[in-house]
Amino acid sequence: MLQVKLTGTLQSAVDDEAEVEIDAATIRELLTRLVERYPRMSKHLDEGIAVSINGEIYRDNWGTQIPDDAEVFLMPRIPGG
Amino acid sequence: MPQDTSYTHQKFNVIGTRPKRPDGIDKVTGRAKFGADTSAPGQLVGLILRSPHAHATIRKIDTSKAERLKGVKAVLTSADLPDLTDGDRAMLDILENCMARGRALYDGHAVAAVAAIDAQTAKKALKLIKVDYKVLPHVTDVDEAIKPGAPIIQDWVFTAGVEPKPKRPSNISQRTEFGHGDVEAGFAEADVIVERSYKTEQTHQGYIEPHACLASVRPDGSGELWVTTQGHFTFRNICSSLLGMDVAKLKVTASEIGGGFGGKTHVWMEPVALALSRKANRPVKLVMSRDEVFRATGPTCSTSVDVKIGAKKDGTITAATAELRYQNGAFPNIWGMLGAMTSFACYDLKNVKSIGYDILCNRPKVAAYRAPSAPMAAFGVESTMDLVAAEIGMDPVDFRIKNAAKEGTLASYGPTYGPIGIGPTLEAVKNHPHMRARLGKNQGRGMACGFWFNFGGQTCTDLNIGIDGTVTLTVGTVDVGGSRASLSLIAAEELGIPYDQVITNIADTASLGFNDMTEGSRGTFSSGMAAIFAARNAIEVLRKRAAQMWEIPVEAVVWEKGEAKAMGKKHGNLPQLSLKEIAAKAPNTGGPIAGHSEVVADNAGVSFASHICDVEVDPETGATKVIRYTVIQDAGKAIHPDYVEGQFQGGAVQGIGWALNEEYIYGEDGRLQNAGFLDYRMPVCSDIPFIDTQILEIPNPNHPYGVRGVGETSIVPPLAAIGNAVSNAVGVRLSHVPMSPPRILKALVEASGS
Repeated sequence: MLQVKLTGTLQSAVDDEAEVEIDAATIRELLTRLVERYPRMSKHLDEGIAVSINGEIYRDNWGTQIPDDAEVFLMPRIPGG
Repeated sequence: MPQDTSYTHQKFNVIGTRPKRPDGIDKVTGRAKFGADTSAPGQLVGLILRSPHAHATIRKIDTSKAERLKGVKAVLTSADLPDLTDGDRAMLDILENCMARGRALYDGHAVAAVAAIDAQTAKKALKLIKVDYKVLPHVTDVDEAIKPGAPIIQDWVFTAGVEPKPKRPSNISQRTEFGHGDVEAGFAEADVIVERSYKTEQTHQGYIEPHACLASVRPDGSGELWVTTQGHFTFRNICSSLLGMDVAKLKVTASEIGGGFGGKTHVWMEPVALALSRKANRPVKLVMSRDEVFRATGPTCSTSVDVKIGAKKDGTITAATAELRYQNGAFPNIWGMLGAMTSFACYDLKNVKSIGYDILCNRPKVAAYRAPSAPMAAFGVESTMDLVAAEIGMDPVDFRIKNAAKEGTLASYGPTYGPIGIGPTLEAVKNHPHMRARLGKNQGRGMACGFWFNFGGQTCTDLNIGIDGTVTLTVGTVDVGGSRASLSLIAAEELGIPYDQVITNIADTASLGFNDMTEGSRGTFSSGMAAIFAARNAIEVLRKRAAQMWEIPVEAVVWEKGEAKAMGKKHGNLPQLSLKEIAAKAPNTGGPIAGHSEVVADNAGVSFASHICDVEVDPETGATKVIRYTVIQDAGKAIHPDYVEGQFQGGAVQGIGWALNEEYIYGEDGRLQNAGFLDYRMPVCSDIPFIDTQILEIPNPNHPYGVRGVGETSIVPPLAAIGNAVSNAVGVRLSHVPMSPPRILKALVEASGS
């Protein structure tokens, strides 16, 4: 079971929780289950989201495996200049 | 084939050398074709009519006289751009920014457009368009916009990130909070607490090439767009979506680009050019004037920032907070959130909290500008860091070293860092000869740190080997800073051939798979990664072809130093085959030899920099001259050191302009007063010293060569480094950027009480 931390406005989509427990082995599973449980997350997925796994930030590679004991943060997708 | 992106400690032959860039001669001789440098048979001239009002309802637009003018082929208003966004508010905002829909939201907002046979006729036509405005109250200052009674810019915006959900619309589009620990407890532990407020004014990226495009839509609904852009694939997707075109039917070609720095990651008038062309059934060329670039494209935010830092006498920071108010222009975005995320990212803090507010004003839609939002946050934090160091009597570099983030630090924006370079950049500052140079009268020295995320993204690359053994590398990331040279070096390194045997081209959108834009310092990082894999795939083909030529199993062939070598007792005496020899036989060994790669280049690796700056301030006039400047930054691995240094220097120079002179100045009427380079003062060569650089190479574990993005971080520290230097020179803390002569004089007068 992953402990998933959320930052910024993403927290408001999960009933203002800073951390939620999700059973997932990949980023795709994680996001799918988050939306199932918290439908308001869907909007944030549409706007773009990034997942930090053990400090490494993934924006697009949803097939990425998430180790059981990983530190997982959800962050908004960041634009650059 | 699985693509292993891990760093491999590879020894390099050509990586790290400094060959000439392939586009250099064309650019200095005027042969290079930029956005305005192409034409099509029968093309029309497009022009845009812009609102003179900061905020107004558009009651009516009468285009009838313009339409009747001889030579006018199309007149366009928002009525010609129906909303096809299907509830996607962000896309509708883009459409509304390109062409006002019933209301003008800032001075310069497009309200109508024409296409005519020549510029004279188009200008006449614009004058014949009658717009009936009802002028509304406006607000252009970020702090004024959140006061009670301020005019509301967007009545559909309710502050996100607060509970309960507000019932009234607000100019604050969102509140975001980051951090960890208990800041109140942390401040209670502090021996010293410093709390200050800062302001930074709005600046423009100031790219030398204005926006320009040539659009051509055919009657069958297909079209082409030649455009100056940082991301032609993204432009294609946005334009086709807004105009209801099939993605595959719009071919976008990126011209050479005369600077972008984030400003050319957004569409501004390209959908209008395409719509004009569709309506006129003729190609339409649309080129912005400098006035339009300032008034109607995306500058960075103006900001208002409060910072509070507490520390023990031994230099340990016990708590830090920041509240950051970022002006987004007339459309909501996430710039304040980015300021909050980046503000304390350089430090290892037990108790930290940063709150970002995104705020709407009657100003142009804000766009990304090189490490967007980070420089303003760094100005507040790094200025306060110097103040705290002074209060506890500690050297400001030592104070930063003591609190620097490192591998394993919980970043203030959430995750735990892997290997990072802030500590080494600070140690390099401490040991740099610049820090020991003597200062003269009225001179001061300052230093500051900066952070940026960097990212990778979707990337697609082809590598083709010609019959003569020359290699064409085709990429989809626009070359804004010498990336073609760097990517050729990478292909040459992998194949084991000389640099000048490789030519790198930028493909149009019809010739290659999707590529994300050149933004987020990703060009060389991600296309470099794709080039490595494409070259490795081509090497597999070369081995097979060599095996055929030798008539031996492919397993017995290895690729070494640009040649196929037969291995084993049975074949070891075969003469090696060069890439050129194998290429020459390609028609008879299976046809063209090529390698392809598509990759999502995640894990770009965060980036840190520390800058040192010396200034001299004239106490009579308040004018500041930067007399020495040093940039120290972690590049992971510098593929082509010239262009890494160029990025370091360019960011520093833009930061110097931002720190000392550049500023959007609005009148009481909400109109921009200085929409031109005479009144908006950017630094020129004679204003700045040579920018010294030191490249650190702390490999990114997630790139085969250890590469990190380098393009953006260099603009983060300058505002604060210069602010600290100026404050040290004059003995008064400067807290408002730009630190222009009038502001410095005012600070001096206030400090002296006279």
